[in-house]
Amino acid sequence: MVALTLRNTGKRYGALSIIQNMNLDVREGEFLVLVGPSGCGKSTLLRMIAGLEDITDGTIAMDGRVVNDLPASKRELSMVFQSYALYPHMTVAKNLAFGLENMKLPRAEVQRRVAEAARILQIEKLLDRKPRQLSGGQKQRVAIGRAIVREPKLFLFDEPLSNLDAELRVQMRAELASLYARLGTTMIYVTHDQVEAMTLASRIVVLRGGKIEQVGTPQELYERPQNLFVAGFIGSPKINMIESALKAGSDGMEVAAKGFQAFKVPRLDTKDGAITICIRPSSIKLGEGSVQAQGTVRLVEYLGNETLLHIALNSGQTLLVSGKATASLKMGDTVTVGFELADLHYFDSKGQRLEAI
Amino acid sequence: MKTNATDAALDSELAAAAEIAAISRKKREAQARRGRAWKHTFLIAASCVMLYPLFWLLSASVKPENEIFTTLSLWPSTFQFDNYSKGWNGLPLSFSVFYINSTIVTVLSVIGNLLSCSFAAYAFARLKFTGRSFFFSLMMLTLMIPYHVVLIPQYVEFLKLGWVNTYLPLIVPKFLASDGFFVFLMIQFFRQLPRELDEAAEIDGCSPFKIYWRIILPLSLPAMGTAAIFSFIWVWEDFLGPLIYLNDIKTFTVPLALRLFVDSQGESAFGQMFAMSVTSLVPVVIFFILFQKLIIRGIATTGMK
Repeated sequence: MVALTLRNTGKRYGALSIIQNMNLDVREGEFLVLVGPSGCGKSTLLRMIAGLEDITDGTIAMDGRVVNDLPASKRELSMVFQSYALYPHMTVAKNLAFGLENMKLPRAEVQRRVAEAARILQIEKLLDRKPRQLSGGQKQRVAIGRAIVREPKLFLFDEPLSNLDAELRVQMRAELASLYARLGTTMIYVTHDQVEAMTLASRIVVLRGGKIEQVGTPQELYERPQNLFVAGFIGSPKINMIESALKAGSDGMEVAAKGFQAFKVPRLDTKDGAITICIRPSSIKLGEGSVQAQGTVRLVEYLGNETLLHIALNSGQTLLVSGKATASLKMGDTVTVGFELADLHYFDSKGQRLEAI
Repeated sequence: MKTNATDAALDSELAAAAEIAAISRKKREAQARRGRAWKHTFLIAASCVMLYPLFWLLSASVKPENEIFTTLSLWPSTFQFDNYSKGWNGLPLSFSVFYINSTIVTVLSVIGNLLSCSFAAYAFARLKFTGRSFFFSLMMLTLMIPYHVVLIPQYVEFLKLGWVNTYLPLIVPKFLASDGFFVFLMIQFFRQLPRELDEAAEIDGCSPFKIYWRIILPLSLPAMGTAAIFSFIWVWEDFLGPLIYLNDIKTFTVPLALRLFVDSQGESAFGQMFAMSVTSLVPVVIFFILFQKLIIRGIATTGMK
C-alpha cells in the first residue's frame, strides 16, 4: 500500500525553484529518510508534505486522496520539529493534550492517550513540568510524545536529533528505531546526518538542488550508488574518486587511473574516454590487491577502533585508507596500496554509474 | 635535577614578584574605589536633579498657600495636611467623581489598546495578506504624524458623529489599534517568537485566531505589560484629549479637574491642587508595580530549546 504519493510536485518562489518535479511513492509502514546537504530542499519538501508550505506544481496524495489544499491539521499527520517547538507556557501534560483538545476528543480519551504516550516515552514524572525545566533529551521525548498522542497515519521528523549532544543523539536514535518498530507507522525523517539516515531508514532519498538523486535501501545506496554525488555523500570516511582514462581493446577495456598502472576491467557500457573510478577507503588494502600503487603517508588519524590514513600517490592524488592494522605507520612512510576490481565503482564523465556488460 | 641553592633563589624571586604584584593590586583596588566614589557622586547628584520636582510637589502639597511660590525651602513652616481633605471636596464635585471618570477612560483604553494593537501586530507579524508591506508602512507613517496635526480633523469627525462631550472619542480609537507605537512594539516582540510554535499549533489544529489567542498572546506578557504600563500612564495623564472633547464637569477626568483649582480671575488654590496632584500619582505607581511583575514573569516563561 502506498501511504503518500508525490507526482511532479514542485515549489517555486518566483523564478527560484526549490523543489522540482518530485516523483516519489512512500509505502505504508516504511521509514523513509530524506537526506542531502544543506539547502537541498529536504526540509521544504517535508513542510510541503505537512501542509505548512503551499506547493506550486503537481500533486501530493495521501492514501490515494489529493491533499494539495488540505490544511495541515486535517492531514492526519504529526510533526517533530528541530527546535521541538514545545509551547513554553504549558506544562508537559498540556503540551501533549493540546492537539487532542483541539480535535474535541472526550476528556477521558485525551487522558488515556496522554498517559499512554507518557508511559511509552517514560516521561510520566515530567507531566507537571514546564518545558524550560526539562533537559534537551526530555524535551525531545515530549516533542515525540506530542506527535504520538495524535495517533497519526504519518510521522514527520525535521532533523529532530540535531540539537542533542553526541551521546544523547545515539541513545535517542536507538529509541526512535524501537519506537518505529513498536508503532509501525509510516515515518518520513529529514536529516543531513548520513549515519542517522543509514541506521534508521527502510529507504533513503538522497536530494540535491531540489531533485532526487537516488532512492534506495541504505545497502543499495552504499553498494550501488547511481551517481558520483550519492557515492560521495553516502559513506564515511568519504569514498575515493580517481579520474581515469578508459581505452577499449579487443579483449575488454583498460583503465589508466592516475598513480596506478593501467589495468584491465570488464567491458563498460560507455564510449567515454574519461571516467571516474571510486573505491571505499575500507576496500583499499596495504600491500595487497590485484591493482597496486606506491604512495607516501601524509597523515595518520588514529580513531581507536580504526585508523584513517591519508596517502599521497606519486601522481599527487590523495587516497583515504581506513583499516585496523595500520596503527604502526607514521607520517612519511612509503607504502603500497592496492584494491580488487570487484570493489570498484565506475562513473562516466557526467557522473552517472557505469555497469559492466 | 634542581639543587637546594637554586630552589632557594627561585623562592626568593617568586616572593619578590608576589610582593610587587600585591602592591600593584592594592593600587588598582584604590583606583577602583575612587572610580566607584565618583560614579556614585555623579549618579546621586543626577538623581537629585530628577527627583527635585517630585520633592517640590510633595512639599508644596503641604505648604500654606502663601509659601508655595515665595520660599525656596522644601521644608514648610507649618504642615497643612488639610490641603488634601479640602482639595478632595474643594471643587463643585467631589474628587471621587473625577477618579471614577479617569478610571473608566483609562481601563477601557488600556484594554482596547492591548487587544486591538496585539491583533493588528499579529496580522503584520505572522499572516500573509495582500498589501501587507504597504499597510505596514502606512502604520509606521502614523507614528511620525504629531497628534496636534490630526487634532482638528478628528474633532470635526467626532462632532459630526455626535460624540463630543462623551468618552467615546477618547476610548473608541483605542479599540481600533490607533496607537502605532504599541502595534510596532508588539510586532517586534512577536517576530522574536519562533515560527515553529505557530506551525506546531497549526498541525495541532489551531486556526490563525486560536494561534494568536492560545500561543502568541500568553507568550507575549512582557510586551503586553510594557504596552499596558505606557498606555495607562499616557491615558491617565492625558490633558489635551479630555480638554477638547469633555465640556461637562461631571465627565471631567483627573487632569482636567486639577486645572479647575487654578482660577485666572479669582483666587487659585495651589496647595489643594498640588495635594490632589500627589494623589493622582498613586494609581500610576500601583499600576506600574503590578505590571512590572508581569514583565518579569513573562520573560521567565519564554526560552525555547
